Amino acid sequence: MGRNDHEAMRCELDPSISQSMTTPMLSVEAVSHSYGTRRALDNVTFAVAPATFAVLLGLNGAGKSTLYSLITRLYGTQQGRIRILDFDVARASGEALRTLGVVFQSRTLDLDLTVMQNLIYDAALHGIGKREASPLAEEMLARIALHDRVHDKVRSLSGGQMRRVEIARALLHRPRLLVLDEPTVGLDIKSRADILQYVRQLIVERSISVLWATHLIDEVDETDHIVVLHHGQVLAQGLVSSVVHECGAKTVGDAFMRLTSSGDSIGGAE
Amino acid sequence: MNTAVSERHKVISVGEAKRRFSLRQFAVCLQGIVWRESLRFLHQRERFISALVRPLVWLFIFAAGFRQVLGVSIIPPYQTYILYAEYITPGLIAMIQLFNGMQSSLSMVYDREMGNMRTLLVSPFPRWYLLCAKLLAGTAVSLLQVYAFLLIARFWDIGPPPLGYLFVLPALVLSGLMLGALGMLISSVIKQLENFAGVMNFVIFPMFFASSALYPLWQVREGSPFLYYVCKFNPFTHAVELIRFALYAEVNWVSLAVTSGCTALFILGAILAYDPSRGFLARRGEGVGAG
Repeated sequence: MGRNDHEAMRCELDPSISQSMTTPMLSVEAVSHSYGTRRALDNVTFAVAPATFAVLLGLNGAGKSTLYSLITRLYGTQQGRIRILDFDVARASGEALRTLGVVFQSRTLDLDLTVMQNLIYDAALHGIGKREASPLAEEMLARIALHDRVHDKVRSLSGGQMRRVEIARALLHRPRLLVLDEPTVGLDIKSRADILQYVRQLIVERSISVLWATHLIDEVDETDHIVVLHHGQVLAQGLVSSVVHECGAKTVGDAFMRLTSSGDSIGGAE
Repeated sequence: MNTAVSERHKVISVGEAKRRFSLRQFAVCLQGIVWRESLRFLHQRERFISALVRPLVWLFIFAAGFRQVLGVSIIPPYQTYILYAEYITPGLIAMIQLFNGMQSSLSMVYDREMGNMRTLLVSPFPRWYLLCAKLLAGTAVSLLQVYAFLLIARFWDIGPPPLGYLFVLPALVLSGLMLGALGMLISSVIKQLENFAGVMNFVIFPMFFASSALYPLWQVREGSPFLYYVCKFNPFTHAVELIRFALYAEVNWVSLAVTSGCTALFILGAILAYDPSRGFLARRGEGVGAG
């Protein structure tokens, strides 16, 4: 099966969703990216509306991390455009990054520093001084039930606790969009559920938008918006119920399997 | 987990996001990066000790052994005959900074590979500023090492006049920046971690030995005119001479000009060449491979 067949398999965008996305928090427009001759992303287009939980669903090798590297300006955009609010990531990267909180797939905390030192450091990277950052950090840590570990070295925390600290760190500068790249990888089931619940609560509390990349179907809720990414292409996007319906499936898992199994014969970028 | 949210935790407004960073915020960012690098260095005791042991071995073993072999005539800035250990002290100071610069660049390669550098790079401050701040932080760490070395050397009566400790500070900052920028430039063009061992052999050792760190250049010229010119055009020689003169409260203007020019050139090159998408993971197709 070739790329044209793949195009035919794409589900239509739910019109109700596209209408609500007139002022998207994140818009990815016709983005393509290659590593040498290897195409990692191919004409990727989607948007995340304000105060929504959007799931970027894809198997390993789908191109999720590449997309995150482009959204966070780690990589320069080769083709297409990415905007956070109205800020073009390539042209107004400072403004765009001020409104963005990031949790990377790999751990980025400094293990030899304490929890508080890590938070203070990240606050400084956003121009927030220690005097202002300390009470904010303490409040954040209290909210994630880590107030008693403030002065412990990160090395002594469990994987789930480290992830929570990373999320707290990403929220310290009050972002409007939180992007998380497979944040539950390697965590036990309880930690996964806690983190997922916490991030969902943030949408209600702060009206922020979340882009959550995962390959785990059970992290997708019926009310979420999903973007199915496979071999660097968007196969479907919209409300979960809409995507499931359009694909003639019963569950999101079925829909995902139908969409992605059709593309397995295409050479991956790995 | 607690669900209450305070007023100060509301999201940033568009107006706030559009507002330019103030000078104070730039200073906060710089201070944070320097503070973190210093903390990391102090926590890594092995790194601190090994940074000191290397020059001390040269000073107390190598210099003692060669004291009778290598005579040093009176050359500026020295007013009289000096011990060989005295002569090589500026060279060893520069060596500390050279190794520190390369070690910082190693940590940048490692950070780029493993992801810690990403925290820095997703900061909304301009990338050139973040890299310069990282460079300054590395220089600050090298100053800690240099002054610890000078303190130990002082106990053996090796060292400059008291004012020299103060006058050498700006020279150390400049040479530290130059060598750090060189390391950063090298780390920018390194494709993967394994190449760094080659850099040690092809950059650090040639730079150190083909300089005035261990022997005066007039002695080199007598042995090999060609090597003399190699040493003369080696930026490390000028860093050593800048430090040597500053230790005696003097300025070597040629070395100052060369060191300043090379610093600017290396920083510019490093900023232009730094690309997080380079490196082993990205070339393998990190985003693709990892998801």
